Amino acid sequence: MTATPATGVQGEDRDDLTREESKALRRRSVRLLGSLLAPLKGRFVATLVVVVVSTALQVAGPALIAVGIDTGIPALVAGDWGPLAWAGGGFVVAGIAGALLIGRYQIMQAKISQAILFELRRRVFRKTQRLSLEFHESYTSGRIISRQTSDLDSIRELLDSGLGNLVTGVLYVLFTGIALVALDPPSGLVLAVALIPLWFLTRWFQTRSQRLFRQTRTTSAKLIVRFVETMTGIRAVQAFRKEGRNDEVFQGLVEDNRVANAKVFRLFGTFDPGLVLIGNVTVAAVLLVGGFRVADGGLAIGVLLAVVLYVRRFFDPLEDLAMFYNGYQSAAAALEKISGVLEERPTVSDPDHPVPLPDPRGRLRFDAVRFGYGDGPVILPEFSLDVPAGETIALVGSTGAGKSTLAKLISRFYDPSAGAITLDGVDLREAAPRDLRSAVVMVTQEAYLFSGTVADNIALGKPSASREEIVAAARAVGAHDFIEALPDGYDTDVNKRGGRVSAGQRQLLSFARAFIADPAVLILDEATASLDIPSERAVQTALQTLLAERTAIIIAHRLSTVAIADRVLVMEHGRIVEDGSPAELIAGTGRFASLHAAWRDSLA
Amino acid sequence: MSAVTRLSTLAALWRLVRFARPALPRLIGGMVAGLVAGLVALAIPQVLEVLVDSAVGADARDAIVPATLAILGLGLLEAGAILVRRWLVLTPNTRVEAAMRSALYERLQRLPVSFHDRWASGQLLSRAVSDLSLIRRWLAFGLVLLVVNGVTVLVGAVLLIGIQPVLGIVFIVGALPIWIIAARFERTYSVAARRSQDQAGDLATAVEESVHGIRVLKAFGRGGYVQEKFERQAEQLRGTELEKARAAAVLWRWLTLIPDTVLALCLIVGVIIAAQGGLTAGALVAFFATATVLRFPLDSIGFLLAFTLDARNATDRFFEVIDTPVDIEDPRDPLAIEAPRGRLEFRGVHFRYADAKDDAKDLIDGVDLVVEPGETMALVGITGSGKSTITALVPRLYDVTGGEILLDGVDIRRLRLSELRRHVAMAFEDSTLFSDSVRDNVLLGAEDRSDAALKQALEVAQADFVDDLPNGVDTVIGEEGLSLSGGQRQRLALARAVAAAPRVLVLDDPLSALDVDTEARVEAGLRRVLADTTALIVAHRPSTVALADRVALLDEGRVAAVGTHSELLATSERYRFVISSLDDEPHLGEGCGLDIDDEVRRASRDEERGAETLGIPLGEGGRS
Ligand SMILES: Nc1ncnc2c1ncn2[C@@H]1O[C@H](COP(=O)(O)OP(=O)(O)OP(=O)(O)O)[C@@H](O)[C@H]1O
Ligand SMILES: Nc1ncnc2c1ncn2[C@@H]1O[C@H](COP(=O)(O)OP(=O)(O)OP(=O)(O)O)[C@@H](O)[C@H]1O
Ligand SMILES: [Mg+2]
Ligand SMILES: [Mg+2]
Repeated sequence: MTATPATGVQGEDRDDLTREESKALRRRSVRLLGSLLAPLKGRFVATLVVVVVSTALQVAGPALIAVGIDTGIPALVAGDWGPLAWAGGGFVVAGIAGALLIGRYQIMQAKISQAILFELRRRVFRKTQRLSLEFHESYTSGRIISRQTSDLDSIRELLDSGLGNLVTGVLYVLFTGIALVALDPPSGLVLAVALIPLWFLTRWFQTRSQRLFRQTRTTSAKLIVRFVETMTGIRAVQAFRKEGRNDEVFQGLVEDNRVANAKVFRLFGTFDPGLVLIGNVTVAAVLLVGGFRVADGGLAIGVLLAVVLYVRRFFDPLEDLAMFYNGYQSAAAALEKISGVLEERPTVSDPDHPVPLPDPRGRLRFDAVRFGYGDGPVILPEFSLDVPAGETIALVGSTGAGKSTLAKLISRFYDPSAGAITLDGVDLREAAPRDLRSAVVMVTQEAYLFSGTVADNIALGKPSASREEIVAAARAVGAHDFIEALPDGYDTDVNKRGGRVSAGQRQLLSFARAFIADPAVLILDEATASLDIPSERAVQTALQTLLAERTAIIIAHRLSTVAIADRVLVMEHGRIVEDGSPAELIAGTGRFASLHAAWRDSLA
Repeated sequence: MSAVTRLSTLAALWRLVRFARPALPRLIGGMVAGLVAGLVALAIPQVLEVLVDSAVGADARDAIVPATLAILGLGLLEAGAILVRRWLVLTPNTRVEAAMRSALYERLQRLPVSFHDRWASGQLLSRAVSDLSLIRRWLAFGLVLLVVNGVTVLVGAVLLIGIQPVLGIVFIVGALPIWIIAARFERTYSVAARRSQDQAGDLATAVEESVHGIRVLKAFGRGGYVQEKFERQAEQLRGTELEKARAAAVLWRWLTLIPDTVLALCLIVGVIIAAQGGLTAGALVAFFATATVLRFPLDSIGFLLAFTLDARNATDRFFEVIDTPVDIEDPRDPLAIEAPRGRLEFRGVHFRYADAKDDAKDLIDGVDLVVEPGETMALVGITGSGKSTITALVPRLYDVTGGEILLDGVDIRRLRLSELRRHVAMAFEDSTLFSDSVRDNVLLGAEDRSDAALKQALEVAQADFVDDLPNGVDTVIGEEGLSLSGGQRQRLALARAVAAAPRVLVLDDPLSALDVDTEARVEAGLRRVLADTTALIVAHRPSTVALADRVALLDEGRVAAVGTHSELLATSERYRFVISSLDDEPHLGEGCGLDIDDEVRRASRDEERGAETLGIPLGEGGRS
């Protein structure tokens, strides 16, 4: 259990962290928070000034009332309006100025909190795009989503109300305290005594709440993961009557989350009245001490009133502070998770000294490459291959042989565990990522479309593409006709995951996307598997022109593709077992010859 | 959002009662406790009045102690009441939230696929998570404080009048503009609040897609591009949030300004009255102490109002989903099929997607087709001809828009969904897998969850690779099964359909990701199952068609021809175009598969069948 260290996103689900680990996580979150606040320093200070002034103005209220009562009444009785005018006028001015500043402050603080949220969203998004597939495979999308939604929600809560509460609260307490001591030192002493139980109460709350808040984050992430998965696979869920079972599981997760939340609230439900209690007892104590002094004539009534008001007001913002603390704990737990994601380093990392590939030709070499996913079994034991620039390769082999793996290595989704892959003599690990991405494009086995229009989806291959280019690409792969038939043509929304179009149409669109990207090396992983034969033939024709001077690796089970290849590779268990021109291999007696025969036989 | 007139905020929030009912008693108890706390807080200044008045009087010393004790008592009472409020309100509210969340999930699971086509997943998620937790917080704090503070302000106002009528009236009249400002605020804020929640949902969608589509994004190096798009969206959300903040700031400003000015006014008037002897010092103290107690409830109105409007929008968003009618559901008087045989009949079936153009003809435009019990029917047609759509009609993922589909003579809409879907099992063209164990994925719809059933299904689908996985059938496969190869995924999805042991198997292009050898072996396995199962198999390749007894050609939304493969090859020009047009292979130029005599082929298939019944495994040799 304790084996998983708490770095990065590891140990995210653990709630038995040691003190050290817990501290380290806190430090990490604080660092993150600091880095978010640093660029906002100026604004932060300005906001602070506004708050300080407006709080000071508000704190002046009771003192002005005291002046009004203690000197205003006697003066007025004596016919002097001066003191009353001062007190009343001062009150009005303080009120108006305070209000204006409060309004200003609200906007300023919203700007800060939105800036922080924006920056966090941006960073997490960027990080998730950077992180390697290896990370995504184990982390799952649901957890990323929960980082970007529910975790950010709780940080937002802190920033929106909490941070304001903190600043105003602390200032209020400070100013009130000072005003109190200045007005009547003995009452200040009473207040000081009250701080002792306050400290203990807060400590108790703090130690308890940390772990509980962590649980709320973990449990909410779990239910989000489940939710996302169900909605993604809704067809299978319904067709296989999984709803009932899912309901149960989900209810369990909701309940876990509820219990975690309830625990936190319960803690808070004790803490909060605790504060009120301390506050009220202090008020009584101040009254007792003050009352006797008033009776002795040692204290003016107005002052006693002001003192009582101050003491009460001293504890009011403490509740806000508690609220802040609550928000802080919850946000800190969220920050822990987020900073964990941000701390992750992509296993496929960007080179320190990127080698540019300004004019890629497309020569590919595998040099004794060895690869396995994570700690899993070795998929490519020792793979060597040389593909001259411009050659079209057909890669065939039984399912699970490692064809897609090979393709993913060329696209640098993963790095080999030994050996090297080079493009035009440059190790992929050294190549400038941007150049590499534009030089090598892969149409993946899963034709994924994003919600958005057809045109947007094609243009993903080349964001700068004009409508004409998009249409030309669609025409080239034979997708134009069906696109035109859609309700809004190229501007039809394909719905989530391209659910609006058929599987074959999806493949055509992915293909158009690759077509428009115009790379030096094109990898097609089963890109025509869901197409009907006429469309497949259209694609083949398109390919012949498209691939004329490009390096291409075409993975296909339908051996029709082989027709346009210069060279055929047969792969078995991560090894090339046959390599030659199609005609050679077909004429031979090897594996490919029999595959091809079987395939031909199956054709009609 | 909808054409229906917008409900008033009160009516909109009132809908929550349906879910909040169990919590209502405690919620009301919490309000009462909150009221007690509020009233006690108001009572303290009144005692203060007595104290102050007596402190200046003759019997000062004797009065101080009891008055202080009274205040202490009230203070304890207030703290106690707050404690009670908290404890009463918090737990039941988490229950309300949990119940709503489960209800939303349950609803979503039962809403038809057409609903999910329309709704972005991020929008659903943001409803299930952010909106519901907002509603919970509102029920626990917003609502309770709204009621408590409202009453406190009212009682306080009465008290103020009681202390000094003129002062009280000045205070109350002065505070009236607050309501006007609040009403105006509701209009401006509400719209922005709704927009921000929707934008947050869109943002969640963008995040989800950027992760689910990560392979495409990486393959094209488009991380930066989507990043920009995402930032633009996030920027919009930020804009809306600032708009909200501005509206709130205006409200806040007035809500601070008005009470403060009014208080200043009261101070002046109060002092004048006191100077004329119309008010004791104690009363003046009490007045201001009371007015101070009212400060927080008055101030909080702005915040509570904004909170309430947020909650209202969240409630709207929640009910948008909950109130969507489930239009594919169990019939009122369901029939049952006593002894299912698996005869599947399409009778004049029409179907069009909801978003089709009005003048477009139906996608499925009168399909008539009968699949006899135990028969295997292949469905062939060009891309986008509606094959997958037809398969989705059988388990009622969509409902026909005309005509009917009959299972053993019963319209499938007369059957319970659970019964229908027990009789029918599907393998989708994109093998939808879950990040569960292989076992759970395969046995997803199976009644018989034994190891033997699992093994058999895996065997039929030739999914022997499972044995090589780290934990065998208990290996948890990655999200959407993406840690498996394409062919492995497809075989698991196939095994799942087989394991459900249905009367009718619907397979949508089930062999597309398999190599020729494996395909042949899977077909051999499938034939065993298909011998006594009705099957509808979408096929693009002749090799898949080979599984079928008969083939239906889908063209222009109708079944253009039905017959055996060879019959259709011989009679249908269109069929030849769709299925066997690879007759020209420029580079290989060895002539085409068509030259094989039909008779010979059929004979060889029959041989294979014979071989299977004898239990002889079929290798590639069996086919050549
Ligand atoms: N992300 C992954 N994590 C772990 N193992 C994986 C992953 N992807 C693939 N594998 C395993 O690696 C092996 C090779 O998979 P690969 O996808 O390269 O096969 P393939 O030749 O493309 O097969 P197919 O024709 O079915 O697509 C398989 O056994 C598969 O289970
Ligand atoms: N959810 C949907 N909403 C609206 N239109 C849809 C939807 N799904 C599919 N279509 C449209 O209906 C037509 C038929 O789609 P369907 O998926 O049934 O085709 P198919 O015959 O299975 O094609 P393929 O061989 O490519 O899988 C297509 O033109 C497609 O654009
Ligand atoms: Mg593959
Ligand atoms: Mg289809």
